[in-house]
Amino acid sequence: MVRVHGVARVLEAHLRWYRRNWRATAISSVLQPLLFLLAFGLGFGSLVGARAQEATGGADYLVWLAPALLAMSAVQTGAFEMSYPVLAGFKWRRTYEAMTATPVEPGEVALGQLAFVTAKSLLTGAVSLVVIALFGGVRSVGVLGSLVAAVLTGAAVAALVMAFAATRQDEGTAFNAVFRFVVLPMTLFSGTFFPIATLPGWVQPLAWVSPLWHGTELARWAAGVGASDLVLLHLAYLLVLVGIGSGLSMRFFTRRLTA
Amino acid sequence: MPGMGEGLVVARGLRKSFGAFEAVRGIEVEVAEGEVFGFLGPNGAGKSSTMRMIACVSPRSAGELSVLGRDPDREGPRIRARLGVVPQLDNLDIELSVRENLEVYGRYFGLSRRHVRAKAGELLEFARLTDRADAKVDALSGGMKRRLTIARALVNDPDLLLLDEPTTGLDPQARHLLWERLYRLKREGVTQIITTHYMDEAEQLCDRLVVMDGGVIVAEGSPAGLIERWSTREVLELRFPSDAAPPVAELQPHAERVELLPDRVLLYVPHGERAQAAVHAAGVRPLSALVRRSSLEDVFLRLTGRTLVD
Repeated sequence: MVRVHGVARVLEAHLRWYRRNWRATAISSVLQPLLFLLAFGLGFGSLVGARAQEATGGADYLVWLAPALLAMSAVQTGAFEMSYPVLAGFKWRRTYEAMTATPVEPGEVALGQLAFVTAKSLLTGAVSLVVIALFGGVRSVGVLGSLVAAVLTGAAVAALVMAFAATRQDEGTAFNAVFRFVVLPMTLFSGTFFPIATLPGWVQPLAWVSPLWHGTELARWAAGVGASDLVLLHLAYLLVLVGIGSGLSMRFFTRRLTA
Repeated sequence: MPGMGEGLVVARGLRKSFGAFEAVRGIEVEVAEGEVFGFLGPNGAGKSSTMRMIACVSPRSAGELSVLGRDPDREGPRIRARLGVVPQLDNLDIELSVRENLEVYGRYFGLSRRHVRAKAGELLEFARLTDRADAKVDALSGGMKRRLTIARALVNDPDLLLLDEPTTGLDPQARHLLWERLYRLKREGVTQIITTHYMDEAEQLCDRLVVMDGGVIVAEGSPAGLIERWSTREVLELRFPSDAAPPVAELQPHAERVELLPDRVLLYVPHGERAQAAVHAAGVRPLSALVRRSSLEDVFLRLTGRTLVD
């Protein structure tokens, strides 16, 4: 059973915590996309120059890159925020146990956590977007749509990682494995820095399953620098992942918190 | 025979299994309004599993259970709205301030911000933490954290307070302060259920208690009643040199029961000093002798089958 007010109460507690502790992560979560923007958008972008426009459909490399960076950043935030912090909620801080001693139900704890991480990635995404705009990476108000697409992509990954984290008894090497063998390849081969069409044919199916590829395509379309033909498919794929991740998380949270 | 729903908590044939392991093996419990009820027993006796079922965070495996007149399986959130829970290990948010812990927790119950703010001030006073209100929880002592956890459990003015080993790990001074606070709550009419493996705690706090061992209830009654039923009025404790076997045969005629412990011999007797004189007259010369009142500890030794000589 999940009630909206239960989820809202959990979200409120997280936000209250964040209000006190936001400084610890704020710099890094905005700095990271900024570094990529500088290195690739300006550094690498100046190198590829006009040639890149063959691949980007005529857009500046920086403008083409910006929406994808938003999506990439949201995915990394989502994955990280659902790894150690979720295990901490079960095991070290044991805040989940405290929450479920009240009328709040385990499924609401899970969805509240997802709502918080999503809100956080919206916030840091919005700040990143402003910074990107200052560097000239924005040409259209459509990037606001890119931000929404990015946040949705982050939520899809976050929900899945949360479900995984809820099954872990200790961190071991599991989270590092997720970062190295799932998140890192995903950021490299989801069309963020170059179109996946330039990859060998046998690699491309990997991109098709990657939520980040779908999110990147969606974000680019919204910013007016991408194709529109598969938009509904991308959207549906991400929503389905959010649904699967949330459903599994709710089940695993319930199992773990009501032994 | 009282029916379901008369007591604040009524359990009939209550069981809890984890896979093949049965932690609680069919217990009958009834807790009346306004009473302080204790679950006493060693680690692994099934106390915490029972508490988790009453707290509506662990579904029962079999039997009947009613908490505040409702079924935890069907109305968990509604029951939990009226409970205060003090877990065995503090789960305060150490990254928030003392006051924030109370306010955030109150909001889980759907209480208004204004109500929670006022309530927090009142509870800080109760927990004697007013001057630490804005400190981070991380910086508090163990006793302060425990008081804060209890204060937090009162944020919704619960009908029933559940305390799982409330003073484990605290120093004597902190324990006494905590007992005093719990006694105050009792006077205010807050029904409490306490688990403990400290006999003195159970004697201090509980109106009525059950002794659990191996998932079953082995005795039930008031602390004084249990002592009367299962022990003698006094206990004569004798110590003997460690290199010689204590003269158990000579002691036996002078006591209702003799308990042989690794470091001493306990004689259960109606009159300690008379027994001491009798033992002396019989020619037994212990290293030291001590007469004390019987305690729940003695009841426990008797009930859990660790009696060596009966």
